[in-house]
Order: sequence, then structure tokens, then C-alpha cells
Amino acid sequence: MSDPSQEVMTVDARGLLCPLPVIRTQETIKQLPPGTILKVLATDPGSLEDIPAWCRVHGHTVLETRRERDNILLVLRV
Amino acid sequence: MLAARVVQDQGIHVEGVNFFTGFCVEGHTHAIRDRKHEKPKRNNALWVAEQLGIKLHIIDISEDYKDIVLHPRHGYGQNLNPCLDCKIFMVGQTLKLGLMDDLDFDFVLTGEVIGQRPKSQRRETMPIIAKESGANDRLLRPLCALNLPPTLPEREGWVDREQLFGFHGRNRKPQMELAKKFGFRDYAQPAGGCCFLTDETYSNKLRDLWGARGSRDYQLDDIMLLKIGRHIRPRPHFKLIIGREEGENRFLEGYRNQFTHLAVTNYPGPLALIDGNVTGTDTELAARIVARYSQGRSVDKLWVTVTSVTGVSQDIEVTPFAPYELEPSWHVGS
Repeated sequence: MSDPSQEVMTVDARGLLCPLPVIRTQETIKQLPPGTILKVLATDPGSLEDIPAWCRVHGHTVLETRRERDNILLVLRV
Repeated sequence: MLAARVVQDQGIHVEGVNFFTGFCVEGHTHAIRDRKHEKPKRNNALWVAEQLGIKLHIIDISEDYKDIVLHPRHGYGQNLNPCLDCKIFMVGQTLKLGLMDDLDFDFVLTGEVIGQRPKSQRRETMPIIAKESGANDRLLRPLCALNLPPTLPEREGWVDREQLFGFHGRNRKPQMELAKKFGFRDYAQPAGGCCFLTDETYSNKLRDLWGARGSRDYQLDDIMLLKIGRHIRPRPHFKLIIGREEGENRFLEGYRNQFTHLAVTNYPGPLALIDGNVTGTDTELAARIVARYSQGRSVDKLWVTVTSVTGVSQDIEVTPFAPYELEPSWHVGS
């Protein structure tokens, strides 16, 4: 789970289809210092596969993934 | 995948670049179609990056790419595929990205093989791509390098030319053997198309869009919608986009505030969007066509709800089209 004391940024990629949620996440992370917690909201189920894969190749950590019906939440640490 | 691995094996740091043009077959279409019956599709570029242990930069070029699609200097392939211009553009974009301060790369490599593709991978096109992309002799093709003059990385000794390959032609057996040598048991379909612009039906739909609007232009939503549903143009000034299954209906729902939309009220059926302006008789025609694709297609009368972009709805009672009433020429793309 993420540390509640840390500043949390959010990417809202709801309604976008992959790879756009990955691209939005990538562009946001470029601007963030290491250690930042980033929440990604998405609706494309592909995000559950693609964003963690992107994080693995770039060395970022996936802290949490959650899916409730069509809504997907990923919590990442940069 | 192979080209990157060949260079990695020489101790060179490689990163991958993958472009989103809006016309990509994988990703969007897999996400849109109903997923009940199949497991989620992987993103091949990310999968390859993981196999190779390299970073992957996914770049959205959909806006700049319009110029390539609309004004290809080297023309189209069999359909609306501007393959040579596309390759020039992507190599140029990769070079630009690679030269950025935080990346600072020395050269670009591609998996091109002379003779593998009729339009963009020919002996004559190789130097054109190198020159017009601006990469010049910083463009290395490890899989067919021995058939080409030595590039800067080879001349400078950054890459050992002796360890590169001289593959050519459409036969992919040498690549498959090399993949086996590297221990790659799985890879993306070698001859699988990855771009909708190579597809005849899709290209016809795009031409139809341009013809109906009177100008060769498009927005991202236009080209997304061309991937989805049945496109039926019963009149020159409007067409229907009719969902073919649950996943497509769900995707089309996202466009309800941009298009007048229709759905059969008292029978299960698709969601349909109207692209264009419709008047009274057109609305009835559209409703009868949509009814044809509902489970009430055989009844004498049924109700269709027509909702405008402002959310104003009206229910109209119509007789579903009989199969013979739906003219084959109305089906866009075929």
C-alpha cells in the first residue's frame, strides 16, 4: 500500500484505450521526482497488463491494482 | 526484437521506441471488442521490451502523422498505406528522441530486411529512408547490414560488422533460426499486419469519410470509429455506425454526446450513431435500418429511441427493414 503521508499525483486515463493510458502515465512520470506516488485511473482493462509491464521495464513500482466493474485504479511509485 | 538483440549481444545499450499513430491494429481493437470470451491481449511492444530487458518509449504521433497519411510524398501502397513515408517519419522521430540530452544515443537501428516488404523494404528504399529521415549513416539494419554499405557505427567500430547478418527476401526462415538460437520461443506474428491503413475495407471507409465530408482530413475519433461497427451509408449526407456486439456498443456509448444515436426500445439490439445531419424522413430510414439489426427484426413494428447530441429523445415506431431493402452499396468499406 502507498504511504498516506506522501504527495499523490493522479493521471485520469478513463475513456482512453491502450496504449494511450500508458502514454499518459509515461508523460506524467517524466515530470515527477523519484519516490512520487502516482495514481492512474483507467477504464481499458488492457491498462492492468500494460501499465505494470511499462513500469517493470522502466524500474517503477506498482503498489496496488484494483478493478471495480469498469473502473481501474493503479497506484505506482516513481 | 532480433535486430535489437543482435546489437545488445555486442554489449551496446539499446532502448525501444514504439509509435501510436491511431491506426494501430493491436491495442484499441482488442480492447474494444467484447472480451468475455478471450483473455486480455498483451501489448507486443512492451512484451518484447520485457523479453529483451530494455526500456520502451511509447510515443503518440497521431497528430503529426496526419500529414504522412494525407500527403505521402512517396505515395500509397496497395491501400492507403504510406509505408515508405511512415518509415522515414518514424526513423526521423526516433533519431530526434535519441538525440535528446537525457538520452544521448549514437545511432538508430531497425529490423528492416531488404526485400521483405514490397513497398518500404527494398534495396532502393533503404538509402531513401536513411537520407530523408536525417539519420543518414547513423541508421543501422543489423539483420541485412552485410547487403548494405558500412554505416557509421560499423566504420567507427562501435558495432562489429562481422557479427551482423545479410538476410534478404520474404523468406523468414533465417530469422526464425536466429530467434531459436537466442532462445525466443514466442514472438509477434512475423507477417501480421499492424496497421489498419494496409486493410482494404478500412481504407475504403476512410475514403468514404473524405468523400462525404468533401475534404481529406480526419480527427482521432474519426479513425477510431472506422475500426468499429457496421458502417452503412443510405444517403450521401449521413451514415450509421452500428455496434456489432456488446464491446462495440459499450465503446460507442462514449460518443453519445457527439452524435445523434439510436437504439431499439422494446427489443435487444445495437447502439447506433448517426454521422451527418438527418431530417425527419432520414431519421425514420435510420431507425428502420437499426431495427433490422435488433432481435425484433422479424416483427411488423417496433419502437426506436432517437436521441440528439443535446440529450433530447423521441420514440418512433417503425417497420424493420427486410434484408432485400438494405442495398449492398450502402455498406461502407466492402
